Amino acid sequence: MLASYIPILIFIVIALSLPIVGLAVGWLVRPSKPNATKLMPYECGVDPESDSRDRFSVRFYIIAILFVVFDVETIFLFPWAIIYNQLPIFLFIEMVVFLGILIVGYFYVWKKGALEWV
Amino acid sequence: MSELPQISNPLEFFLFNGRAIGPQLHLILWGLGLLCIDFLIPKDKGRVGAFFAVGGILMASLHLYWLWGQSLASAFYGMITLDAFALFFDMLFLVAAFLAVLMSYRYMEVEEEQGGEYYALILFATSGMMFMAGAVDLVSLFIGLELMSISTYILVGFLKRSKRSNEASMKYFLLGAFSSGVILYGMSLLYGLSGSTNLDEIASRVSGLQDPTLLTLSLFMMMAGLCFKIAAVPFHMWVPDAYEGAPTSITAYMSVAVKAAAFAIFIRIFFVAFSDLREVDTLVLALIAMITITWGNVAAITQQNIKRLLAYSSISHAGFVLMGIVAGTQSGVTAAALYLLAYTFMNLGIWAVVILLRRQDIAGERLEDFDGLFFKHPAIAVLMLVFFLSLAGIPPLAGFIAKYFVFAAVLEVVFAEAGPNTSILVWLAVVAALNVVVSLYYYFRFVVAMFIKKDYLPAPLSFSGGLIVVLVITGILTVLIGIYPQPFIELARAASESLI
Repeated sequence: MLASYIPILIFIVIALSLPIVGLAVGWLVRPSKPNATKLMPYECGVDPESDSRDRFSVRFYIIAILFVVFDVETIFLFPWAIIYNQLPIFLFIEMVVFLGILIVGYFYVWKKGALEWV
Repeated sequence: MSELPQISNPLEFFLFNGRAIGPQLHLILWGLGLLCIDFLIPKDKGRVGAFFAVGGILMASLHLYWLWGQSLASAFYGMITLDAFALFFDMLFLVAAFLAVLMSYRYMEVEEEQGGEYYALILFATSGMMFMAGAVDLVSLFIGLELMSISTYILVGFLKRSKRSNEASMKYFLLGAFSSGVILYGMSLLYGLSGSTNLDEIASRVSGLQDPTLLTLSLFMMMAGLCFKIAAVPFHMWVPDAYEGAPTSITAYMSVAVKAAAFAIFIRIFFVAFSDLREVDTLVLALIAMITITWGNVAAITQQNIKRLLAYSSISHAGFVLMGIVAGTQSGVTAAALYLLAYTFMNLGIWAVVILLRRQDIAGERLEDFDGLFFKHPAIAVLMLVFFLSLAGIPPLAGFIAKYFVFAAVLEVVFAEAGPNTSILVWLAVVAALNVVVSLYYYFRFVVAMFIKKDYLPAPLSFSGGLIVVLVITGILTVLIGIYPQPFIELARAASESLI
């Protein structure tokens, strides 16, 4: 029974060795000539202005969480939508229930003003 | 892969299963409704939300009462059962939620954090607990557990401007999420061994296993995770901090309902799925119960803050409930269920008094805040004394009956020499009996403050109609279970009979 897990073991070994081999080869091949510009953190090409370990406005987190919620909703909707015309009415009702709960959440978020930036 | 069940008539399916989970549906729909109308409620009329929540709980209770008369076996293709065990715990959760909401609204005004979300989250947490109590499948069990846990993580941190509350929420969340992960790991092992998520099927499939190593590993993982949820030593570290930082009404709710829900799945998993490993789990659970009772009581002795003291006391009470599970017999489960029921009333009563002492500028949590309570409010002080005596297990109060049945269940096994490990059960009974004496000491430090010290109370207590109702209900039931326990014993016995 345990033998059937051998592919997973092989997969783990490959997954671990790929980055290690990649980094090792890079380290062996590349020339090492660091300078100030090279060591600078990359911020979309602009010179960094301050320390990146800064406090962010809590609004970013709210937006991020809302994004995750509605993103996951789409993930659930896609497979359902693809085989929609083969589904019994039952699964249609199930999805309506699911969306109904999410719509209540959306309404709540909207009325609480979480979607407004200022 | 098993074939998906064909649903020929969706309407019938929804009507049948909707009826079966009616109480939960009521709580969820009223909670969602509360979220939708919350912005209509003016800020200073926040208690409207509380009455809305009470309405939801009463409707759910009516539906539960109706379900009690029906004998629906199970719903959603065996995901949820409606046996007497589930209904007993459903009732307990609804009572706890009802009392918690009633004691909350004035308190949340004092804390200036009134909001509809608070009550909606209590409703969601309660519905999660009811799913847990009815779950006979690992999937529905875990979803109920997470619904309950996530709602309580938020509720613990509901006092947004209090650092203590935020810290409590953070600690509870991190450790709680970790323990959920451990439970989930145990579940995955169990599924790997049996190929089923249904508890009954798991029990029948693992009984023929040659090598119980992995099964034992799974048992210990689930035991560790569940011991965290019921706050048994050595998984109790979060309890004092979380209980102290949380809004007091939520602490009260957590200490009875969350604990009872965790015990409900604990009992169901260990008596249904792991019935083969009885010897191992009695031994370990007996040790855990012993340490839990002792450590909870010893740590409570030095506490100056009533919330921390009650947190440690609730740890030791979890140990007493565990004794019923350790006994492993039907009377043991009866005793555990009865203990949880009695504990609900006496503990909520005591937390209601603590809430009463929280006033505008006074935290009302220290020992000194209780000084001279008797001379100012004799009725409250006497009620507090009744609850303390009941917690300590003095007859003729609810706590005595509860402790009596737990001890009786353990000693019954000892004298019959029926189960394995009878010698450790003797030690368990001795340790527990000694600890009852210890608990009297720390409860009575507060009694001394109330009745002997003569300091005056600097500000009027925060009375409210709801709080008085809670005090009356809990007071009456604490005494009633003590002097006339028969109907409550019958309820608990019916619950355990359906399980074993």
